[in-house]
Amino acid sequence: MSDSVAFFSEFRATDLLFLGEAAGRTLLISAVSISAGTVLGIVFGWAISASRFWGVMTIGTILDVFRSVPLIIQLVLFYNFFPIIGLNLDPFASGAVVLSIYTAALVAQVARGGIEAVGQPMRRAARSLGMSYWQDLRYVVWPIGLRAVFPAWVGVALSVVKDSALVSVLGYVELLRASQILITRTQEPFIILAAAGAFYFAISYPLSKYSQKLEERWAS
Amino acid sequence: MIEIKGLHKYFGELHVLKGIDLNVAKGEVLSVIGSSGSGKSTLLYCINGLESIQQGEVIVDGVSVHEKSTDINKLRQNLGMVFQQWNSFPHLTSLENVALAPRIVKGKSKSEALAIAEKQLRHVGLGDKLTNYPSALSGGQQQRLAIARALAMEPEYMLFDEATSALDPELVGEVLETMRMLAEEGMTMICVTHEMGFARDVSDRVAYFHQGIMEEIGPPEQIFGDAHSEHTRKFLANVR
Repeated sequence: MSDSVAFFSEFRATDLLFLGEAAGRTLLISAVSISAGTVLGIVFGWAISASRFWGVMTIGTILDVFRSVPLIIQLVLFYNFFPIIGLNLDPFASGAVVLSIYTAALVAQVARGGIEAVGQPMRRAARSLGMSYWQDLRYVVWPIGLRAVFPAWVGVALSVVKDSALVSVLGYVELLRASQILITRTQEPFIILAAAGAFYFAISYPLSKYSQKLEERWAS
Repeated sequence: MIEIKGLHKYFGELHVLKGIDLNVAKGEVLSVIGSSGSGKSTLLYCINGLESIQQGEVIVDGVSVHEKSTDINKLRQNLGMVFQQWNSFPHLTSLENVALAPRIVKGKSKSEALAIAEKQLRHVGLGDKLTNYPSALSGGQQQRLAIARALAMEPEYMLFDEATSALDPELVGEVLETMRMLAEEGMTMICVTHEMGFARDVSDRVAYFHQGIMEEIGPPEQIFGDAHSEHTRKFLANVR
């Protein structure tokens, strides 16, 4: 019986380093996906709001699919689909692409909300001063809309950080995957999941704190 | 000079303006009165191209507003507009609200734009509110801010779309006072208004709109004292 015990070993200090590295990967894939997804999402949101009927029918419908299908299914489907169309993407790239599109689908609705929050009368006032369509977007719609939906965007960003855990199913060793590996070895799920949770918190908390600061500054 | 020739405007099936012919000369103050839905606000939106038109023509200083080749953004700089809702930019201070368009549309330097803004804000009596955000201003002050913002583009014409309708009664006076001041300075103005006192005292001419038709136009004494149209008389009897 004593032989089998050798398969497991205790949680060591170096395991924290392993978790830390994994947290770095969670941070990386989240940052990439949130950045790309936000830029794409803003463009989509603008397109939907600018061309009401066709925008909603085409982009809106496609994005609804991404918003409605569980992320884990999208990840597995695309990971297996990319090689079929000749794209050999590693788990990180596949995960980042899917997570970016998923983020874009969420951000598009937020962006559309921001644009609509500004309202037609305000935009007409801007245009009546001689501003072009793009000047109105840049100097009036953007700053006012951003303030209106920034908290919603932060909510999306925080949820994407947590949803990035699902990329573990592709074999990308981020926080959750790393925790599973360690749990298998140490049989100490409690400590390890607590540590992983702490890392997630350490990633998310500064973001939410920073956004709070920003909102306070805007409110004054 | 603003020339409106045979103007028709539809919102879908709804025929809002039914052939308007109207000239407004430089320096003139025209008040447009009539019940809601008579098309008078739409007329203003058509003059500066915020609404498309289906038939006819609007010409401002020889430039046809709805012509495709017209640089509408340049034209609008000459046509200041003040709306029922003041629409101040909430994220900017009074100074920045007024300085924004001169800076980005006219390409003025920041200091130049701020100087213009300060001058216009003092002009409308907001000299002590330069660094306040709109949220700290009353409705009347925000509407004067909107007037200053339009004036900062140095327009030759000002269009007022029921500028006092959304204000609390006690704040109407200060805005009308500002409009009166502009009229006295010789600004060419078209004022869609429900303020009959203003229309009577300040305007050179008053136009009465009824169901998309300009029913009657004339000097205020005639419109208010001796209106030709049955509709005009009825309307005026009701608002008094």
